[in-house]
Parts: sequence; C-alpha cells; structure tokens
Amino acid sequence: MIEACVYVTLKKGVLDPQGDTVRSALEALGFAGVADLRIGKFMVLTLENGPRAEVEARVHEMCRQLLANPVIEDYRFELSEVGQGLPAGKRP
Amino acid sequence: MKVGVLVFPGSWSHDDFLWVFREVLGVAAEPVWHKATSVAGFDALVLPGGFAHGDYLRAGAIARFSPVMPAVRRFAEAGGPVLGSCNGFQILCEAGLLPGALLRNDSLQYRCQWVHLRVENPDTAFTPGAHRGQVLAMPISHGEGRYVADPGTLRAMNDRGQIVLRYSAPDGRLVNAANPNGSLDHVAGIVSERGNVFGLMPHPERAAEAALGGTDGLAMLGALAAERQPAPAR
Repeated sequence: MIEACVYVTLKKGVLDPQGDTVRSALEALGFAGVADLRIGKFMVLTLENGPRAEVEARVHEMCRQLLANPVIEDYRFELSEVGQGLPAGKRP
Repeated sequence: MKVGVLVFPGSWSHDDFLWVFREVLGVAAEPVWHKATSVAGFDALVLPGGFAHGDYLRAGAIARFSPVMPAVRRFAEAGGPVLGSCNGFQILCEAGLLPGALLRNDSLQYRCQWVHLRVENPDTAFTPGAHRGQVLAMPISHGEGRYVADPGTLRAMNDRGQIVLRYSAPDGRLVNAANPNGSLDHVAGIVSERGNVFGLMPHPERAAEAALGGTDGLAMLGALAAERQPAPAR
C-alpha cells in the first residue's frame, strides 16, 4: 500500500486568526521568538499500490477537487510505501 | 412560478424559506432533497443556511458533491435565478458558481446578531426598488463568513458590480466595527458575472415579517419569486 500524507495550508496572505491566537498563547506561556504560526490540515490516505506517477497524479487530482480549496489553500504531499500489502486496518 | 428550496442533511433554514414563500409571499415552494437529480419544474432555487453534511472538511465542501448539484449547476448556467444564504453561499462558492471563499470569522466566534448592509449595486435582479447606498438590516448567524478572494478577482468583481451588499454602520459608513466577520472589503453579498446567482451570508428569510424584527429581506425573496423569464431548459 501507499501512504499519502497531505498537508493543506492557508495561502500566504490569507489571514489566519486561529494561528495568531495560538501564537499569542505561546507567547503568554513564555515561548518568545515565535514570529508566525499558521494552522493547517494534515490528512493521511492509504492507497492501493500502483505506478508512482499514476498515484501521484491521482492524489494531485484529489487535492485539487476536494482536499484543498485552491482559492484559499495550498497543498503538498509525501508518498511512502507502507504495510507490505496488508489492508490498512490490519497493519501493526 | 415555483421555488425549489434545497435540503441537505444538516440544512436548517429551509423551513423558514418555505414559510416565507408560501405564507408571506403566497408563492408555490417545495423542498428539494439533496439526492434529487433534477430540478425540472422549478423557476428559482434557494440554497438555505445550516451545516450541510456537517460542514466537514470545509463549509460547503461536501455538499458541493451532493447528487442535486449537477442539476443546480445546469440550472444556473442556463440563467435560472439561484439564491444561496449563509451555508448556501458557502456551497455556491465551493461549487465555483460564485467566486471567492468563506473562512472562519476573524473573531473566531460564532456571530448571531443583526447587521446593517449597504446596497452597493441596486441594479441586480435581487435588489428591486433598492437604491445605491441604501442600508438594510438583516440577521447573520455564522462562524465562517469571512469573505476572501484574491485581489485581482475582487477588483474585477468591483468593476463589474458583482458586489451587491457590504457590512456597514447604520448610516452606511464602512467601519471595521460594523464588519462582523472580517470579510475583505466588507463583502456581505455578491452576484455571479451573469447576475443570476446571488450569495449572501445574512438571512433574508429571517427578516421577512414585522414580527421577526424587520422586513428588509422580503423584497429580495419576492424578487426571486417574481422572475418571469421562461424557465431555462434543464
């Protein structure tokens, strides 16, 4: 199986009030020097094995059509082989 | 004339819209379940507020794939009048039927309150009898209403008169205190380039009877129901 780790983040320039609030909270805790903090989404997809290029193209398509909204968000992903063919639920 | 009010799992304003069309305006209106694959027989469509499909992933992101949406798209592309309020506006943006997107309020708080709206373009099908600069009052009720579009898109929308309503003070001034969610340029309601698809975060159906505290939303819904152009082919 192939695991796709998808990161979805707000585009630069799109205000992230949640990130700003968490950054202030860190500051209140005494963590100085956090210049910026942006909150995004992290998704893990377990996919059937296939030629790398095809899997990559499919994940791009998934991101474009649903996982990210191109108006406000950027995405990137990493693929890795996992589980030696065992179904996702049966992995140790 | 018959208005279709879409109902997704998690919609909550559909009954209010049906009430206003039927009981206040005396217009035929029927609910349309999100699994319908046709909107034949309807002359106008409403996408109501709520939390369609739980707003999972992003508000409107899943609703956009409901079976009824291809029919809504065909209806809109044929020029049929479509109004999306609150969650309906979010769905129309996610579906690409309106430009931009709606993000978490800048206050990070859910806002349920009356707001003032300045009419920026009175020459739309949805603002009959309004004049430029007129200030309307309507309730909002949302956590994700911060309108965002890239600067180029926003400029083009401004130039084309696609920005219909802006959050304002009661006297029409665009002050930050009157912007309940941090929307870019105070944008509260927009129309598509062609002008037949209208999305707004406020709830016109909750400002349609004096008993509710105001009637500024009634003209908008009346206009939707009064569209007399022949029903587009679907």
